[in-house]
Amino acid sequence: MASGELFIWGCGAGLALSLFMIAGLLVLILVNGFGYFWPADLVELTLKDGKHVVGQLAGEEVGPKGVPRIRMKIGNRDLYGLDYRWINTDQIVERATPADLVMVERREWGNFYGRIRTLTKEDQTVVEGVEAVWQSLPALIREVESSEGNSPYALLVVDANGREKSIGLSQVVRVLRPNALSTLGKVWVYVGNVWMVLTTEPREANTEGGIFPAIFGTVMMVLIMSLVVTPFGVIGALYLREYARQGVIVRIVRIAVNNLAGVPSIVFGVFGLGFFVYGVGGTIDALFFSDRLPTPTFGTGGILWASLTLALLTVPVVIVATEEGLAAVPREYREGSIGLGATKWETIWKVVLPTALPGILTGLILAMARAAGEVAPLMLTGVVKLAPALPIDWTWPFLHLDRKFMHLGFHIYDVGFQSPNVEAAKPMVYVTTLVLILVVVTLNLTGIVLRNRMRRKYAGSAV
Amino acid sequence: MLDQQYDVKSSVTILPPAISSLEIESMDDPDSTLQPQSSVSGKAKLRVQGFNFYYGPVQALFTVDMDIPEHQVTAFIGPSGCGKSTLLRCMNRLNDLIEGARHEGNILIDNMDIFDPMIDITDLRKRVGMVFQKSNPFPKSIHENVAYGPRLQGLKNRTVLDEIVERSLRGAGLWEEVKDRLHKSALGLSGGQQQRLCIARALAVKPDVLLMDEPCSALDPIATGIIEELLFSLKKELTVVIVTHNMQQAARVSDCTAFMYLGRLIEFGRTKQLFTNPSNKQTEDYITGRFG
Repeated sequence: MASGELFIWGCGAGLALSLFMIAGLLVLILVNGFGYFWPADLVELTLKDGKHVVGQLAGEEVGPKGVPRIRMKIGNRDLYGLDYRWINTDQIVERATPADLVMVERREWGNFYGRIRTLTKEDQTVVEGVEAVWQSLPALIREVESSEGNSPYALLVVDANGREKSIGLSQVVRVLRPNALSTLGKVWVYVGNVWMVLTTEPREANTEGGIFPAIFGTVMMVLIMSLVVTPFGVIGALYLREYARQGVIVRIVRIAVNNLAGVPSIVFGVFGLGFFVYGVGGTIDALFFSDRLPTPTFGTGGILWASLTLALLTVPVVIVATEEGLAAVPREYREGSIGLGATKWETIWKVVLPTALPGILTGLILAMARAAGEVAPLMLTGVVKLAPALPIDWTWPFLHLDRKFMHLGFHIYDVGFQSPNVEAAKPMVYVTTLVLILVVVTLNLTGIVLRNRMRRKYAGSAV
Repeated sequence: MLDQQYDVKSSVTILPPAISSLEIESMDDPDSTLQPQSSVSGKAKLRVQGFNFYYGPVQALFTVDMDIPEHQVTAFIGPSGCGKSTLLRCMNRLNDLIEGARHEGNILIDNMDIFDPMIDITDLRKRVGMVFQKSNPFPKSIHENVAYGPRLQGLKNRTVLDEIVERSLRGAGLWEEVKDRLHKSALGLSGGQQQRLCIARALAVKPDVLLMDEPCSALDPIATGIIEELLFSLKKELTVVIVTHNMQQAARVSDCTAFMYLGRLIEFGRTKQLFTNPSNKQTEDYITGRFG
C-alpha cells in the first residue's frame, strides 16, 4: 500500500481497459466495413411449408422464445417490401447453394436474388436458355453505359418461388453468380467493390453505390481549413509569444484562446451561419451577385464557409501548439542570430520559425484530426446529403467554393439515421465509418511523416 | 585542467550569495572607489567610459573604465556574478534584449559611441561578433550556418558565399574536418567542432572585434587547446575579448587581463604583470586561489 503499488496497478488496468475498448471498436468497424465488400454465397432454403427463400445469410441468434433463428437478406424489395427476414431454423428443411442463382444489382429497389429466365427486347424474347443469356449479358450491360443509360433489352428473372419479374437492362448495374465464383473470382469482385465504393457516386438515397463525393468533400474541406488555420494560428502565436508584452492582458488572451477550444462545436456552427453565411456571404451577394438575388450565391452554406467555421474551431489548437513550439526554441539560437546582425524579424523568420516547425505541424495534425470528424457545425454551414456537383470541376472558375458538399461524418448520420431503409443501409454506415477513419489516419500520417522528415533533416546524431 | 576550472568556480560561487545588493551599495565607501588603471599601451579599439549597468533595480556594473587594445586578446576574469559577461554583452548591445535593462556612461568602438541612437544596431553587431558559452549552431547545415550572416546582408551569389564559407571555416580551423560534409546538419558535429563552427559563423561577417563568453567552459582539454591556439591566429585580424573562469587559460592566451569583482573593475593591465605582480590585494588573493 505504502509503495503505491495498488495505484500503479489501477493505472495499468485503466490504460488496458481503454486500449481494449478502442481495439474492440476498431475491430468491429474493420470486420463489418471490410466484410461489406465480400460477395457472400446465395443460399436457397426450402421451408417446411414447401416455400423457397433465396438470399444472403446476415446473422444468427436465439429468438424471443428460445427458438434459434437466422436472418436472411432476401432483397427483391419491389416484390416483398422488405430486405431482411427472420427464419426459425426448425422451419428449414434444406439448405443449398445452387450455382445458377444470380444477384442482380439494380439502380432502384436494391438487389434482386433469383434465377435468370430469358432476355427480351421490346417484349420479344431474343435470347433463351440461362447459359446463353448469361453469356450475352456482360456485352449488353457495357453497351448500356455507352448509350447513356438507355437499353431496349430487359432481363426476365424469377424469384425463388417462381414469381416473374422483368428488369430493364438500363436498371442493371451488375449481374453476379456468387455461388459459381472461385475464391480468386470473389477476391476480384471484392477488389472491384472496394474500388466502386471509393470512386462512384451514391445511389438509392445514399444506401447503395459509392461515397466518392463524401470522401472528396471531407478531404477538400480539411485542406482548405488547414490553409486558413495555419497562417492565422501561427501569426497569433508569434504575436503572443514574441511581440506582445507579457502581462495580465496576454495571460487573459491565452486563457481565452484555451477556453475557445472547449466551446461546443454547434456553437461555432451557429456563429458560422450567422457571421460567414448570412453576414459575409450576404454582403458578397449584395455587392457582386445582386443580379441573381434573391437566389443566394455565397449567402448560403458552402464549402468555404464550412472550412472557415472549422478553422475558427481549430485555431486554438494551432495557437497553443505553436506557442509551445516557439517557447521550446533555445534562447541561444535567438542570441546567436541577433549577435550576427539579424533583426528580430529576420531571427524569427530564419531561425525561430524553422526550429519551431515540427511543433507547428503537430498543432496542424491535431487540428486536422478534429476538423475531419466534426459534423455539427457543418450541418449549418454547407453540408448536404447529396451534392449535385463536386466543388472542383472543369467549368470556370474550376474551384467552386460556394458549392455545397458532402462529408463522410454527415454521411454516416444521414445514411444510418435518416434513410428510409435503415436496415439496408447499415453496412454502408460501417463502410463510411471505416473510410472516415482511414481518411483521418491518412491525413495524420502524412502530417507525421512530414514532421519526422523535418526533424530528421537537421537533428544530427549528436542530439 | 577541466577539474581545476570547476574547482575555481565552486570555491568562488560561495561568495556572492552572502552579499545582497544592499550590501553592495553600502560597500561603496571612498576606499573602494579608488579607480584602477584603465588603459594599457597600444591603440584602443574599445573604450568603456564610466559605465554603469542595471538589470531593473539591481546594479550590475559600477563605473567601469577600460581601454581594450586593438589586435590583442583581452581576458576578463573574476568570480561568478562579477559582471564580466554583462560587460561583454554590452559591447554589442545584446543586453538590449533584456527587459528593464538600462545603462549609464559610454562604450566607444573606434571612438564611435555604440549607444548613439543614430547608429545602426545590426551594423554594430556585424562589427562586433559574439561567441557564446554554450555552442549554438542553428539547426541547419554547416554551410548554411556559416553563410547565415552574409546572407542577412543580402549576399546571394553562390560562388561568393562558398568562398566566404571556406575562408571562415579555415579561419576557425575547421575546414579540413568538415569540407566533405558541408551540407550535413551542424548538430552532428562534436562539441568542440560546434564551438569552432560558431567562431567561423562569427568570422563570416568580417567583424573587427570578437567577443567570447567562456567559449571553452563546456569543452574537453583537447578542444580547448585547439580554440586557444586559434586565438593567436585570430588576433592578427581582429581584437578579441574573452571571458573566462579559467585563470590558466587567461594567463596562456591573453595579452591583457581585467579582474572584476562585484560589478567593479578591480585591476586591468598586461597579463604578465597582473599575474606575476598584481597591484591590488583582491586580485592577488583571487589569482592565488586564496579567495573565499
